[in-house]
Amino acid sequence: MPAGSGTFRRVKSRDLAYVALFAAIVAVLGLLPPVNVPGFPVPITAQTLGVMLAGSVLGAKRGGLALLVFLALVAMGAPLLSGGRGGLSVFAGPTAGYLYSWPIAAFVIGLLTQLFWRRFNLAWALVANLIGGILVIYAIGIPFTSLFGDVPLWASFTGSLTFIPGDVVKAVVASLVAVAVRRAYPVIELPSRRATAS
Amino acid sequence: MRWRRRPEAGAEEPAATPGAGIDLRDVGHEYGDRTVLSGVSLTLTERRVGVIGANGSGKSTFARLLNGLVVPTSGSVLVDGLDTRTQVRAVRRRVGFVFQDPDAQIVHPTVAEDLAFGPQNQGVPAEEIARRVEEMLDRYGLAGHRDHPAHLLSGGQKQLLAIAGVLAMRPQRIVFDEPTTLLDLANTRRVARVIDELEQDVVVVTHHLDLLAGFDRVLVVEDGRVAADGTPAETVPWYVARMD
Amino acid sequence: MLSLYVPGRSVVHRAPAGLKLGLLAALGVGLFLTERPAVVGGALVGALAVGLGAARLPWRALAVQVRPVWLWLALLFVFHLLATDLRTGTVAVLRLLALLVTAAVVTATTRVTALVAVVEWLASPLRVFGVRPARIGLVIAMTLRFIPLVAERAARIREAQAARGAYRLRWGMAVPLLVQVLRMAATVGEALDARGADDAPARRPRARPAVAS
Repeated sequence: MPAGSGTFRRVKSRDLAYVALFAAIVAVLGLLPPVNVPGFPVPITAQTLGVMLAGSVLGAKRGGLALLVFLALVAMGAPLLSGGRGGLSVFAGPTAGYLYSWPIAAFVIGLLTQLFWRRFNLAWALVANLIGGILVIYAIGIPFTSLFGDVPLWASFTGSLTFIPGDVVKAVVASLVAVAVRRAYPVIELPSRRATAS
Repeated sequence: MRWRRRPEAGAEEPAATPGAGIDLRDVGHEYGDRTVLSGVSLTLTERRVGVIGANGSGKSTFARLLNGLVVPTSGSVLVDGLDTRTQVRAVRRRVGFVFQDPDAQIVHPTVAEDLAFGPQNQGVPAEEIARRVEEMLDRYGLAGHRDHPAHLLSGGQKQLLAIAGVLAMRPQRIVFDEPTTLLDLANTRRVARVIDELEQDVVVVTHHLDLLAGFDRVLVVEDGRVAADGTPAETVPWYVARMD
Repeated sequence: MLSLYVPGRSVVHRAPAGLKLGLLAALGVGLFLTERPAVVGGALVGALAVGLGAARLPWRALAVQVRPVWLWLALLFVFHLLATDLRTGTVAVLRLLALLVTAAVVTATTRVTALVAVVEWLASPLRVFGVRPARIGLVIAMTLRFIPLVAERAARIREAQAARGAYRLRWGMAVPLLVQVLRMAATVGEALDARGADDAPARRPRARPAVAS
């Protein structure tokens, strides 16, 4: 029981608001036009930046829930994916595995961020975002494409390589932002027992 | 995140003493090691109470103590005899709260949905909710915006919607936390008139001193203490003089 | 506005949302159990017949949802022509198309509120873990409310930075924006409490108009 039962009660409703906020942030990032970077083979879209930010600002549970809520909205027909896509059909498409990976990615990023929270800096933030935001997403997205389209794993893998440079850029941006937000307005609060547990 | 409902007396109304007012008994509040309020003892029974003070003086915390959004770290706050620490649900049914930024108070995407939100939470029957929503839409000139997204309203309309959303819950008192700070002059006057016409008891925290003209009592909060307490004629000039 | 729902009064529109989603899920599993072009092709024709015939949806309503993956389907087909054979390629593409069209039909004929109700129903076993399904509808509504709000605050911060000479969109603006909206969300949390969100009965009477469309 944290000090002051009033804060205990407030945390619940505030968490709901944080979850809704980041679901909305991911949606707004989908409205941004893709950025063409010279030397990069494919335009960079901002939406997975939202996945990374959700995990590294809100932590595991709230970050993962934010992405679940976002996907629920998309499934209900809100055209919130970049390019104005939405509806149940995007969950049946060949690249749907990447969508399914988002809540898991945000959760993993959040988990790593919480683990590193006491000594959190740019380096640790990068570790969290590269593992959760790139490794996890591709580890789910690539096999899914391969299964769904009946194509071998290597073809699906090489096809997605072009997106990796853009994702690294996003991981760097997300890490810079996460470190700055932690300094200005830290949202993640560790339970005090974690100090001894890990 | 804990979404489990706490085993607390939620549904049944604890015994209250209507008309007892809001009673603060040696109230103090600290955030970490920072003291925001200390030694506040007073009873609010007047129909119109104003609270003024500089930024950071503790008046926002004071407002939040009155309906249990913040519970005191020392002393206690009783609303009609109900302790905000243990009977917070019953307290919040009695005391509504209007925030400075209406954007932070409107939680549903469309106007009618948002008006229905509070009464829905209270378990009011659907027909009664519909009736209250119509009443509020009419009273505050929002009938033409029933199914409009809330973000298309003007700043003044948003604040009226926020107030209407609280009134739809039929509280006996309403606490306003700087309700006009973000509004232009015309909307400030409009909201002031709306507050003036309310049948409920109100507590208004504000920087707009002319809002307080017809009030029964005005408190001046300074460095976490109530530095002055009296009629507007007594306290407002005293407060203004201290600013020079 | 924020929805792909196409209003109508057909049998498909009036069918329970849970049934439609259940059939879609069953199709998603069933189509992967077969390699026969006739079955997969039949499913596609059936989905089109339900959507365009029974539900009287305009072509565009379906095309809008299928178009984004058009190119990918073409690439998939070419890949199979080169790597495997015509039959496998045809089945793979038809299978995806059948699923995409069915999903598009469900989306276009089902109100958002009905889908929210299904999501809440699906989440009801989570009660065991302390999740209150009614909260899901609330969070979804709040998200719809926050989307224009976040966009508006972003525009305002951009203006403020432009006024100080920073014309280009920079990632530096993400930090003040995030801090600002996080603060706002914390206040929204207070407002939820003040407006009795914590007071909610286990089953809230829901009589709200359609969220969007």
